[in-house]
Amino acid sequence: MRIPCPLCGPRDRREFTYMGADDFLRRPAADAPAEAWDAYLHLRDNPAGATRDLWFHEAGCQAWIVVSRDTVTHEIAGAALAGEGRDAT
Amino acid sequence: MRLDSGGLIDRTRPLGFAFDMVGVRGYAGDTVASALLAKGVRLVGRSFKYHRPRGIMTAGPEEPNALIEVREGSQRTPNVRATVQEAFDGLDVRSQNAWPSLGFDLMAVNDVLAPFFGAGFYYKTFMWPPAWWERVYEPLIRRAAGLGRLSGQHDEGRCEKAWAFCDLLVIGAGPAGLAAALAAAHAGADVILAEQDFRLGGRLLADRQEVAGMPAAEWVAATQAELAALPNVRLMPRTAVFGAYDDGVFGALERVGLHLADPPADLPRECVWRIVARQAILAAGALERPVAFPGNDRPGVMLASAVRAYANRWAVAAGRAVAVFTTCDSGRAAAEDLVAAGVNVVQVIDARADASAICSAPLLRGAVVTATRGRRGLRAIRLRDPGGPERWIEADCLAVAGGWTPTVHLACHRNNRPLWREDIAAFVPAPGAVPGMTAAGAVNGHATTAACLADGQAAARAALDALGRRAPDLALPPAEDGPRSARPLWAVDAPGRAWLDFANDVTTKDVRLAAAEGYASVEHMKRYTTQGMAPDQGRNSNLGALAVLAQATGQTIPGTGTTTYRPPFVPVPIAALGAGGRGKGFAPERLPASHAASLARGAPMLEAGLWYRPAWFPRPGEATWRDSCDREVAMVRGAVGVCDVSTLGKIDIQGPDAGRLLDLVYTGTFSTLPVGRVRYGLMLREDGFVMDDGTSARLAPDHFVMTTTTAAAGQVMRHLEFVTQGLRPDLDVRVISVTEQWAQMAAAGPLARRLVASVLDGPLDLGFMGCAAVGVMGVPGRVFRISFSGEEGYEIAVPAGRGAALFRDLCARAETLGGGPYGLEALNVLRIEKGFVTHAEINGRVTAFDLGLQGMCKAGDFIGKAAAARPGLTGPAREQLVGLCPADPATAIGAGAHLFAPGARIHRETDEGHVTSACYSPTLGSHIGLGFLRDGRARVGQEVRLVDHLRKVDVPCLVTSPVFHDPEGGRMRG
Ligand SMILES: [Zn+2]
Repeated sequence: MRIPCPLCGPRDRREFTYMGADDFLRRPAADAPAEAWDAYLHLRDNPAGATRDLWFHEAGCQAWIVVSRDTVTHEIAGAALAGEGRDAT
Repeated sequence: MRLDSGGLIDRTRPLGFAFDMVGVRGYAGDTVASALLAKGVRLVGRSFKYHRPRGIMTAGPEEPNALIEVREGSQRTPNVRATVQEAFDGLDVRSQNAWPSLGFDLMAVNDVLAPFFGAGFYYKTFMWPPAWWERVYEPLIRRAAGLGRLSGQHDEGRCEKAWAFCDLLVIGAGPAGLAAALAAAHAGADVILAEQDFRLGGRLLADRQEVAGMPAAEWVAATQAELAALPNVRLMPRTAVFGAYDDGVFGALERVGLHLADPPADLPRECVWRIVARQAILAAGALERPVAFPGNDRPGVMLASAVRAYANRWAVAAGRAVAVFTTCDSGRAAAEDLVAAGVNVVQVIDARADASAICSAPLLRGAVVTATRGRRGLRAIRLRDPGGPERWIEADCLAVAGGWTPTVHLACHRNNRPLWREDIAAFVPAPGAVPGMTAAGAVNGHATTAACLADGQAAARAALDALGRRAPDLALPPAEDGPRSARPLWAVDAPGRAWLDFANDVTTKDVRLAAAEGYASVEHMKRYTTQGMAPDQGRNSNLGALAVLAQATGQTIPGTGTTTYRPPFVPVPIAALGAGGRGKGFAPERLPASHAASLARGAPMLEAGLWYRPAWFPRPGEATWRDSCDREVAMVRGAVGVCDVSTLGKIDIQGPDAGRLLDLVYTGTFSTLPVGRVRYGLMLREDGFVMDDGTSARLAPDHFVMTTTTAAAGQVMRHLEFVTQGLRPDLDVRVISVTEQWAQMAAAGPLARRLVASVLDGPLDLGFMGCAAVGVMGVPGRVFRISFSGEEGYEIAVPAGRGAALFRDLCARAETLGGGPYGLEALNVLRIEKGFVTHAEINGRVTAFDLGLQGMCKAGDFIGKAAAARPGLTGPAREQLVGLCPADPATAIGAGAHLFAPGARIHRETDEGHVTSACYSPTLGSHIGLGFLRDGRARVGQEVRLVDHLRKVDVPCLVTSPVFHDPEGGRMRG
C-alpha cells in the first residue's frame, strides 16, 4: 500500500501511523451537548466504499494527512494535509 | 541416465554432492533433481498420508514430491524443492518425510490401511476424547505427516530485505517476458525482469526449437546479453515474485546464497524484495497438468514437459524405456524431442482418436493408461485401446501430458477470480484484475512461441502507453507457430486409486466422497480432502480436482468455481520476511549520554522502552540492590544525588500562539506563565483520561520547552502535531522533538544548589519552578529548578554531545559533597515517597479526578475537558489515588496486589482497588505503596486488606495520603 503524502510523494504505508476516521478533525465546541461529544468520540461509520481517514507520516515529514480511499477496492483517491482537509466532507 | 551430448550443462565443470549420504555426480548447471535422475535415483520422498514412494515429477518450483533438506546444523533448510536447488560441490541433501529411512519407511503401513484413511479421516476418527487431541492425536499426526525437520538450533543464517523501484516489472523470462522486457528496455523505461529460475528462458530452454533462425537457447543468451548491456534494465534471476499487493507493490524472494558452495559470510541466504512498479507484465507461463489414472503416483510417472526439459536442458534421459501418455499436441512434440535427443521412446499413447498419425515412435490413438506396476518405481503400464483387450507394456518412465494450466495466481491476489476459457479448458487472468498489470504469453492461454513473443511485445506496448512512452519499432523474431490441439482428459475411467494431489494423497475417490458427503463447494472439498494444501499449494492438482468435483456434482467447471488465490505464491521463510528484525535489530538500543560512565561504575541496566537506564550504582560492601538503593535514597535526602534524565521527552514549542497551544493540551493555564518559570502540566486524551504529565518551561514569550515522560514521548509528539496541524491550524506555532538534541542531568538534595552552582558560568538565582538559559562550563545550556524527588532539585540541560562530560563532572563533584549518582530504583523510591505518579499510575484508565488533580483543571476549554465531566468519571465510586502502609512495616507489598474492605469476602466482585507502585522506603523505615482505592480519599486513616495471590501476601494496610514525605513541600521549595 502506497500513500501519497502531499509533501513527500507516494511512500510505503509502513512509514505512517494510522489514527482513524477524519471525524476527529471536527472537534465539537467546548459547550456542545453531550450527544455531540459522544458522536465525536465514539460513533463511526463502517463504510464499504469511500472513506477518509487520518494518517501521520511519522517516519517521514511528520505531516498529519487525510487519505481518501476505498475500503472495497483499496484504491487511494488522494491525500491532503489535515489542516486543509478538515473542512471537506 | 546422462545423454552423451547436448544440454545446457557445463561438462568441463563436474561436481559432487551427497543425497542421504550417498555420492551423486553432476555438472555445473544441474539441479539436484537433474543430477539424481542422471544417476538413476527414482525414489526421492514419501507422500504425507500413505507414505507412498514418490519420485521427481516436474522440473520446476511446482514440484510436489521431491522436497529435500539442504545443509546441516543451524543452516539446515527444509522443504527445498530438488527441482529448484542448484547442485554444487559438497552440497549435503537429505530426503524427508520418511522414517526411519527413505527405502524402508515404517509409516508405509498407512498405505495398507488406506481404505480407512479416506477423505476427512482425521476429522472423523480423532474426535474423542477431546483431551487426547493435544497429547496423542496431534503429535501422532504431526509425526506421520511431517514435513522437513527444523534444526532445533538458533538459525544463524543471514537474510535481507530490500526495496526496488521501476517503471515496469516483468514477471517471468520466458519468450513473452523476454520480448516484453526487450521492447520496454529499448523505449527507455526502467525495467526489472524477475525470473524464478537461475537461468532466463523458460520453455525456450526446455524445448527443442528455433527462434530467429538459431537454437532457442542461443537466442535467449543473445537477448540476455542485449538486456544486460542496457543501464535501465535490472535482471533478477533466482527471484520468484510471490505476491501482487496494492498500488503496484510486489513481493519477491531472491535466492542469493543458497546455491553457492562457499558463500561469503556477509552474503544473505535469501532476500525479500518489495518491488514498486508503475506497470507490470505477468508472463508467468503455464504448468503442464497431470492426468488422473490408477497408479499415476508411482516414481517414474512424470510430466511430459519435465521429461522433455531433462532431456533438452540437462541431457538426462528420465528412463531407459519411456512411454508418453498425452491428450494434446504438446505431448506429441515432447515425444518427438525425446526421440531426437536419443531417448528410447517405447510407446506414445494419445487419448485422441483423431490425433495426427505422424510419429517417430510407436503410436496408439484413442488409448489411455489404466494402471501401473512397480514397487519402488515404474516397471510397466497397462493400456486400454479400442483395438483389443487391455495389456501391459514395460516402461520405467511415463511422460504424461494433460494440457496446460496458466499460472494465474498473481493476477488473482487482489481477490479477483480468473476467467474460464472453454477452448483451452483452462482459467486465464481476467483483464485489469490487478491495476497496472497485463498478462502476456502462456498465462494468457497462448500455446506457441511465436504467439507468446507477439503477446509479450503487445503487453509491453500497452504498458509503455500507460507510462507515456513510445514503443520502439521492433521486429518479432520468427519462431515456431501453428495450430495446437488439446482435449482435456481429467481422469481415466478405470478401477483403482487415481491421484490428484500427490503430496497430500488426495485421489479422485476422495473428491467424489467429499461431494457425496455434502462438501460440494470447492472451498469445502479442499478443506475436507486437504487437496491443494500441501507445499505445492495445489499447482498440480487444483484444476483436476475441480473438474472431478464438477463432474461429481453435475456442474460445469466455471460453475463450480475456484478456491481463493492468496500470497505468497512460493513459500517464503519467516526468517526472510523478518530479516533484520532479530535481536538488536528487533529492539534497537537507545543509550543516554551517561551510559559509558554508568557502565564504568558497574551499574546494571534496566530497559525502559528502548532506553537503557542505570538501575543502581553499587559500591563496595553492598550485597544486594536494596543496599545500594537505600543508600542512594538516603544520599539524595541527606546530601545530593545526580541522575541522567535525558530519556524524558523534550519538545520545543515556538511561535506567538505557543501559550494558547499549551492551554489547549494541558488542563492548566500556561499562556499566563511568566518567562523564566516552569509549570507542572497534566495532559488528557479527548476521552477524558490522563495521557501524560510533565512540565513546560517558558524560555521567552513565544518559546516553551515541554518535557514528557520517557514512555509517552512519541505519543505526546504525535498528539501535539495532530492538534497544531489538524485541530488548530490557525494557531501560529510549531513543535519539534529535541529529545535527542539535549542531554539533561538532575541534581537533587539539600546540597544540590551548591553542586549546580559550581558548574554554572553565572550565579544560580532560581526560585522553585524557575528556569534560565545559562552557560554551563562554557557551553550554552539551560537550568530548571524542578524536583521529582521532593528535595530541592535542578535539571541542567546541555547539548547532547556534552552530556557525558557533564554527568562525569557532576558525579565527581557530588562525591566531594558526600553524594553521587543514583539509579532508576532510587528514583522510583524517591517519587513514591513523594506521591509523584508515573505510567504505573497513569495507565490509560485514570482521570485527573482519580489522581486528586481535579483542582488543576481550568474553567476554559482544553482537550479532554468535556469528556472528563461525563457521569461516572468523578465521585465516590471512582478508585482514587491513595498511599498504603502495611500494618507491619517490614511486610513487603507489591504492585498488582488487590484491596478489599476489612472482613469482606475475597472475590473479584468485592475488589475495591489495587496497588500500582510499591517499595521499601528507607526514609520512613517502612514498606509503602501507591494504589487506587474506591472512594480512597475519604478513607484516609482507615484500614484495608491487601491480598496478593501471586506473592502470597495478605496484610492489613493503613490508607494514607499519597504524599508520604514532606507533605508541605518545604524541602522542595528550599
Ligand atoms: Zn510526508
